[in-house]
Amino acid sequence: MAYSDKVIDHYQNPKNVGTLDKNKSNVGTGLVGAPECGDVMRLQIEVDDNGLIKDAKFKTFGCGSAIASSSLATEWLKGKTVDEAIKIDNMEIVEELHLPPVKIHCSVLAEDAIKAAVNDYRKKNGLPEFKFEESVVH
Amino acid sequence: MLKFPIYLDHNATTPCDPRVVEAMIPYFTNSFGNAASRNHPFGWQAEEAVDNAREQVAKLIGADPKEIIFTSGATEADNLAIKGVFEMYASKGNHIITCNIEHKAVLDTCKHIEKEGGEVTYLKVNPDGLIDMKELEAAIKPTTILIAIMYANNEIGTVMPMKEISELAKKKGILVFSDATQAVGKIPVDVTKDGIDLMAFTAHKMYGPKGVGALYVRRKNPRVKVTAQMDGGGHERGMRSGTLNVPGIVGFGKACEICMNEMEEETKRVSALRDKLETALMKTEEAYINGSKQYRLPHVTNISFKYVEGEGLLMGFNKDIAVSSGSACTSASLEPSYVLKALGLGDDLAHSSLRFGLGRFTTEDQIDYTIEAVTKTVNKLRDMSPLWEMYKEGVDMNSIEWAHH
Repeated sequence: MAYSDKVIDHYQNPKNVGTLDKNKSNVGTGLVGAPECGDVMRLQIEVDDNGLIKDAKFKTFGCGSAIASSSLATEWLKGKTVDEAIKIDNMEIVEELHLPPVKIHCSVLAEDAIKAAVNDYRKKNGLPEFKFEESVVH
Repeated sequence: MLKFPIYLDHNATTPCDPRVVEAMIPYFTNSFGNAASRNHPFGWQAEEAVDNAREQVAKLIGADPKEIIFTSGATEADNLAIKGVFEMYASKGNHIITCNIEHKAVLDTCKHIEKEGGEVTYLKVNPDGLIDMKELEAAIKPTTILIAIMYANNEIGTVMPMKEISELAKKKGILVFSDATQAVGKIPVDVTKDGIDLMAFTAHKMYGPKGVGALYVRRKNPRVKVTAQMDGGGHERGMRSGTLNVPGIVGFGKACEICMNEMEEETKRVSALRDKLETALMKTEEAYINGSKQYRLPHVTNISFKYVEGEGLLMGFNKDIAVSSGSACTSASLEPSYVLKALGLGDDLAHSSLRFGLGRFTTEDQIDYTIEAVTKTVNKLRDMSPLWEMYKEGVDMNSIEWAHH
């Protein structure tokens, strides 16, 4: 399968690889996927006092499309509010990276990781977790 | 000079040896006759070329030329052997024994047999990828007509104990079929010494052309027959109709002759390169060799690099190096390799595997380059793997509730 130039670029120069301190109250961590399924994404957001995401980091075990999806997600998250963050739709990632149908689940995983990170942040700060419709793929 | 891209996927297919192509060319143009045309020189020439190739092919596996049935490849030969025996020996029984790491051409044919009312036992393999002789013996029934076990596995390169299998089968009066696609031309395969009754193999895995293979069918002790699966002109002693692919068969013959003459030297050279590659890659932390190291083809190694995913790994160097992975992502099914899973590997390790298949034209500088590129990519991907981080921090990954999707 040929990868799009954007996927290759994110794979070769991933943005925001790393780890934030998961114990800090303004850091939300989302860990989604499973080793048995061949992809695990961990996405973290750090939120400032104004509710803006000032930093985002990821680590991903998975194929090039999964790495690219999470790298792109962290880029998009920075500077957004938490409320804006959860509006990121997996299909936007698909379009941006030109993912083929067989790789759509990578974008879904990125979307799930964002939501999980946001909810972790909300939970830590005494806010009710958002209810999301379960995404159905795979 | 290092030549790119580097091809290390010789279990998938091999390039044609230039000597093979040279031998084939006249049979496309000047000597284009139909080997079944008995009444003019064009036909005679083609027939002579096929006879000659049949001898070359037979010689490589210790067979008589009359025992070689040319087919379109190993898949067709697998089908012909299994379905052909099932139909021909229906009065003797309907039970076939095979194993769960066979190629799909065997497994799916066996599934077909089950739909036709046959009974199939799928033996499990041990973590080395070998069948257990006691389990094989226990699986034998009065209705067993065929034991179908591959000579060598395509993903991990393990070599099955064919002699032991055939000795047991002989005692019980059961036929032995072996899919020897990966073994013939790479290691000494001798149908007489190995006691094999039917054997499938193909030209394109041994530096011959694609689209031509053979089924060996024993003629003596016992005389084996298979029911034809294709109706037509009654070619190949009535077992496989269809105009013979003369240039392909000539190429197949030449490829066998070259393997016959050069196997010993080539094995020494290629296995030394394989060992160099394997030793270097195994210096990586948390790397595991899949399948037996002792009973294995000389040119293959299959290694899992834990905590990195195979397709992601391939992407780091697949512009330059061609290898394959047992990762789900490289298949249409999203399921990781059933062969690796049959060894008892967890899905996570199966997802993390790379198969290296070296070949006749692999050079040492290509191996050096590969060692560096793979090691570099494994390290890079581990730096961005959450699992690697957890492993390093001593997190028990079984304690995490993964969201299986």
